[in-house]
Amino acid sequence: MIHFLLKRVGHSIFVLLAVAFLSFLIFQFVGDPVASMVGQDTTTVERERLRSELGLDRPILIQFADFVARTVSGDLGVSYRDGHRVSELIAQRLPATLELAAVAAMFALGIGIPMGIYCGIHPDSSLSRAFQAISLLGVSLPPFVIGIMLIFLFGVTWRLLPTFGRGEVVDLGFWQTGLLTSSGLKSLIMPALTLGLFQMTLIMRLVRAGMIEVLGTDFIKFARARGLGNLQIYFRHGLKNTLVPVITVVGLQLGSLIAFSIIVETVFQWPGLGLLFIRSVQFSDIPVMSAYLLFVGVVFVTINLVVDMLYLAVDPRLRTMS
Amino acid sequence: MLSILGSNRKGTGNHRVSAADTLLEVRDLRVSFATRHGPLPAIDGVSMSIGAGEIIGVVGESGAGKSLTGSAIIGLLDPPGYIAGGEILLDGKRIDHLTPKQMRHVRGRHISMVFQDPLTSLDPLFSVGDQISETIRAHLPLSKQQARDRAVALLDAVGVPAAGERIDHYPHQFSGGMRQRVVIALALCTEPRLIIADEPTTALDVSVQAQIITLLKNMREERGTAVMLVTHDMGVIAEAADRVVVMYAGRIVETGPVAQVVHDAHHPYTRGLMGAIPTIGDDVDRLTQIDGSMPRLSERTGACAFCPRCPKAMDVCRQFQPPLVQVGDTQVACFLFGGEPEASQ
Repeated sequence: MIHFLLKRVGHSIFVLLAVAFLSFLIFQFVGDPVASMVGQDTTTVERERLRSELGLDRPILIQFADFVARTVSGDLGVSYRDGHRVSELIAQRLPATLELAAVAAMFALGIGIPMGIYCGIHPDSSLSRAFQAISLLGVSLPPFVIGIMLIFLFGVTWRLLPTFGRGEVVDLGFWQTGLLTSSGLKSLIMPALTLGLFQMTLIMRLVRAGMIEVLGTDFIKFARARGLGNLQIYFRHGLKNTLVPVITVVGLQLGSLIAFSIIVETVFQWPGLGLLFIRSVQFSDIPVMSAYLLFVGVVFVTINLVVDMLYLAVDPRLRTMS
Repeated sequence: MLSILGSNRKGTGNHRVSAADTLLEVRDLRVSFATRHGPLPAIDGVSMSIGAGEIIGVVGESGAGKSLTGSAIIGLLDPPGYIAGGEILLDGKRIDHLTPKQMRHVRGRHISMVFQDPLTSLDPLFSVGDQISETIRAHLPLSKQQARDRAVALLDAVGVPAAGERIDHYPHQFSGGMRQRVVIALALCTEPRLIIADEPTTALDVSVQAQIITLLKNMREERGTAVMLVTHDMGVIAEAADRVVVMYAGRIVETGPVAQVVHDAHHPYTRGLMGAIPTIGDDVDRLTQIDGSMPRLSERTGACAFCPRCPKAMDVCRQFQPPLVQVGDTQVACFLFGGEPEASQ
């Protein structure tokens, strides 16, 4: 068990190093930093002096080790655009993205799982067919279309909800939350819906397929023969057995909610990390881009680690194997 | 249709079961599958009775309707199958038209079932103790601790070594034979009076098969649990059953005490089945086989379903279905032994 966890953590560190190497390479490939720092009439000698002052003349592996050391200590460099520390920029934007992703995930899980269970138990009912049809929309419509449609209906036509921004936020010192004000909550509805709709339909379809498969197994038939009630059969035995594949996909999807909310943040001008990243791309703000890449890597690796632990909690077969 | 209540002499037991001891009675059971072209009859007028503490073997090849009969009795026919007619009585009370909730209290409490494959019968995510306890607590007002104690005792009774420790193990930690023991413990945990064992040994090693059969026989001796043993293995039947019911294409073709049917079968089909069992010492190059195959559901006609494969088929066999007639201790559905032609459908 502990051996398994240690192995997993080891893997994660390796993956993170690989990601760090990629984000380190961005600096190497996107132009010569010295050239962008000095004027046109700087002499070659001065350029070389600057290069050695910045440590850019050292072997690439040493530079990478230096980069990793700085990153681990929280120093992500300085934004080229406005000179702010990148770590501060990220800390400032993180709450907006995390709150959006959390609400979208709750929406996706809270609606998607019950719908999937219902459709799995009654695959032929007309309500299931309706859910299936709706889910097809959710899977096939791209988020920017859904976002713009929602803005058009609720923001422009009926004027019920704000069309951009986070509304008022409350500063908790370390965290700026929009969850405590009514304008903040209102602003959250449409982006969260847009971001979560795809995940919700995906989860629904996954749970539905899993339930149908599990409910057809011998052990469910045997559970019926043992005289267990429907609740026990559907939830205790049925749902738990569908959880392993669901956890896998939900984990990865939650990662994408946080990491790739770029489109939704752009559509709704949500002041989160996605928007920060898009801006940094526009300005070739390499330290920010590189830090964002690292951040996405950390999110996915962490979620995968959690997913692996959840497997262990759910499936005893994996516990004895390790 | 005649009842076969009269033929209740036991083959291996040394006591007789009287009609008053009848535990389960199936009268003229018909099971059909709903299809787009109307109902497709799969079981066509099966009647049998099982006495308290009796082991009755139901044999026949795949598709004869033996498992279907078991599923119909316990109320677990998979759609589109449904009971199209007849009655199923437990202790003289009909159980074939109970509500799902009422039927749930019969299932597992009074009648339980053991399936073919012990590897897939248990939920892999719960310990065997959990699964036994939840079954006990679904039917009996016991506390968690009481249910657990009972589960340990049961595992011990079905021959799982170190039951007190094994109870917290998960199904994948048991071998196939041990898992079937666990499944039988689950089937026994509320002391039902009838276990329907649907091919309980088919998926197991031969050496383990004998252990499981012995276990079922012991349970009958110790607890008086009747067993309906569904199998295609005449060897298992000969070993364990008191009486045997031979099914073919959804009907009973022969039924009687096991010794009688095994050693002196009447129906050509039963004779064919017996001929298919190789005996050690016999020097045979080829095993006897019954040529041809059982008609598919959609190909069944009003004639005797076996006549295309029957070496002794007569004209009457091609027009009418033979009723069960009494021949000595057994009943046979074959015109060779008389019986008035009975038009069917």
